[in-house]
Amino acid sequence: MLNKRLIVCLDVRNKKVTKGIKFKGNVDIGDPVEMACQYVNDGVDELVFYDITASAEQRPIDLDMVRDVAKNVFIPFSVGGGIRNVDDMRNVLLAGAEKVSLNSLAVRDPQIIHQGAQLFGKQCIVLGMDAQKVEKSEKFPSGYQVVIHGGRTETEKDALAWAQEAEQLGAGEICLNSIDADGMKQGYDLELTQLISKSVQIPVIASGGAGDSEHLIAVLSQTHAEAALVASMVHYGTHTCSGIKEDLNNAQIPTRMDW
Amino acid sequence: MITVIDYGAGNLRSVCLALESINVPWTISADPKEISAAERVIFPGVGAAASAIKVLQEKGLEQAIKDYVASGKPFLGICLGTQIIFNFSEEDQGTECLGLIPGNVIHFDFPQDEKRSVPHMGWNQVNFSKPHPLFKDIENGSNFYFVHSYYPCPEDKTMAIASTDYGSISFTCAITKNNLIATQFHPEKSGRHGLQLLKNFSTWDGTNNAK
Repeated sequence: MLNKRLIVCLDVRNKKVTKGIKFKGNVDIGDPVEMACQYVNDGVDELVFYDITASAEQRPIDLDMVRDVAKNVFIPFSVGGGIRNVDDMRNVLLAGAEKVSLNSLAVRDPQIIHQGAQLFGKQCIVLGMDAQKVEKSEKFPSGYQVVIHGGRTETEKDALAWAQEAEQLGAGEICLNSIDADGMKQGYDLELTQLISKSVQIPVIASGGAGDSEHLIAVLSQTHAEAALVASMVHYGTHTCSGIKEDLNNAQIPTRMDW
Repeated sequence: MITVIDYGAGNLRSVCLALESINVPWTISADPKEISAAERVIFPGVGAAASAIKVLQEKGLEQAIKDYVASGKPFLGICLGTQIIFNFSEEDQGTECLGLIPGNVIHFDFPQDEKRSVPHMGWNQVNFSKPHPLFKDIENGSNFYFVHSYYPCPEDKTMAIASTDYGSISFTCAITKNNLIATQFHPEKSGRHGLQLLKNFSTWDGTNNAK
């Protein structure tokens, strides 16, 4: 049986892992490679690295870091932030990443998803989507609006329509982040996650709001999400990956326990 | 020395780094002569079947791979490298493949009422149906990492040595024919079990004698 995945997200700024609340007030908390290794040894199923300032600083992703991770980590990991074109995607994949996450760029230029899927296969194209709740309207029939630039810029895109469009274009997976829930530790946005995960045929990763194992259990049992992403929960040592997986396993959620 | 075939598709680096971590020497090659003469070959891959076959043909690698396999030396296919050694893949509106293993590679099609994502992505159990030297020191049912939308269907079921269940579909995830072994999962991304499998491959003599 396919296991549900526990994914740890590491936001990286100036070669350090950092964590903020609602994308603001970031503090540095450690070395990305060291932290990655520690999570792998503790049973994490997959890792995501976001170079959170590459985009704003208009520079390519830190490929040295990607290479360093690839040398030390033998589970899948994806990389995002600051991807500008297919050459950037190729470089990240050649540096050893399994997948590339596209967010703001894909909103500006949706064809990049198609190009990436054609060149590298759809399995390595992750659509990263930040969504925030809005009044349901003609423009936003799902009641969720896509925002970009780490939550700073609102777009005209409806979250559900965008998820389906990205799937059609060739995205292999969607990492769905709730802006409202991010960093609040009050649980994932179950409504948003179910809305999107039941409407596409590609895997959906739930992101934003995890503060306790109960939150992962809820999103993995009540929605079609195949993976749950955590950050502060494990970065600050209040929880461990192995502990979370133990809890998922006890709640009858299929989980890899033989790392 | 393991020669990793470079045909433009792929996660070559991941495979090489995994070999490095277990102290197995490796080299990358796209040269038909080097590949024919190699002592041990890994044929990795992620990507799409049609473009992979095209590159193999353009680089003259198709015949080199066939010659190498015929020589009796150990050969390991991974993911796309596994799929394109079959006769035919449904991918890209149908792709004629290398024909080293009789059978086809088909798309995951689930019944209307079964909600399953495609690609099949993540960690799943590999159930050994036969012993094989590659499975040495790996527990039956161990989890390996998969990412694929198509799966292999060998004509000769005796060649299948492991299977995996994804929803209502049970498919062959490891197959062997003499000195050739191929996995649908990614050992290079499957943590310690995957590294163990690669280590086993690095010492395999190419025969089917499980000890």
